[in-house]
Amino acid sequence: MKKLKVIITTTSIIGLLLSANLVYGDDDRYEKKDREKHSYNRYFGKKVGVAPVKNALYKEECGSCHFAYQPGLLPSRSWNKMMNNLEDHFDENAELDKETQTILTKYLVKNSADDSNYKRSRRIMNSLRNNSTPLRITDTPYFIRKHDEIPRRLVQNNPKLGSFSKCAACHVNAETGSYEDDDVRIPGFGKWDD
Amino acid sequence: MKAKIIIPVLFLLSSQAVSANAVDNMFSEYKQSGVTNISEIKGKELWEKKFKNTKTGKLRSCTTCHADSLKKTGKHIKTGKLIEPMALSINKKRYTKVKKIKKWFKRNCKWTIGRECSAQEQADILAYLIKQ
Repeated sequence: MKKLKVIITTTSIIGLLLSANLVYGDDDRYEKKDREKHSYNRYFGKKVGVAPVKNALYKEECGSCHFAYQPGLLPSRSWNKMMNNLEDHFDENAELDKETQTILTKYLVKNSADDSNYKRSRRIMNSLRNNSTPLRITDTPYFIRKHDEIPRRLVQNNPKLGSFSKCAACHVNAETGSYEDDDVRIPGFGKWDD
Repeated sequence: MKAKIIIPVLFLLSSQAVSANAVDNMFSEYKQSGVTNISEIKGKELWEKKFKNTKTGKLRSCTTCHADSLKKTGKHIKTGKLIEPMALSINKKRYTKVKKIKKWFKRNCKWTIGRECSAQEQADILAYLIKQ
């Protein structure tokens, strides 16, 4: 009888430990998945990257000509200025009907870098002077600082690129709002080591 | 009860009819604006005509970005964006939305010619494009 009791207790203890371990393991996995999902940076309380584009109209209207830049890459004052001059959109005519223009301006302003909690948005905002209203993301001090080591032959003089405006040409996860160094592949050159 | 079913069905039918006849809608609008004679030949001429841009001094035409042949894929001169062929015979997605036709006529006439195209010019061009 005693032996049986010992066996039962031991197995139940082992069982408990195992199940606890399993639960813990699950918990850990859940937490990791959750962290990835929300892309939270644990140490700074900011979300990694920039908020991805979820607006179908924006993707269609703006993304049919160029990379659908995330609204969080510029302050609201820049978007307002740009959307009020679509007739001369970097020397192209990008005029929209009034209704679409209003909807998209609202979307851009609402999701601009101004109040965003994402890392890249915060850093772009922090790099700007209060009185500057850049129309090009490539003109923001943060962008310039992050790309100043890249020689011209890799981008401007790269026949496969030509300019810095094609984010997704090198940042393979740009569409998801992720611009990590590890995910850079420069056309014709491959990985970029900082 | 019946009305509840019939109304959405009617809606569906009518919206489908509209999208299928975007070109017809455009032509009836042109006619309402006073266009009586539509010429594919004039449309072709305008499509290929070169206009000097006042800002850059360079020549611009529809073919600058839309390729020499309407059956070929074009390439935007600045952004490098590929532009699907304009010929309806090989690109069935063309000319199916009124909104899209109007949007691109407005943008591209201004970019190429420096002003909006008249109803007559649009009618000629569209007549030329849909026959390709």
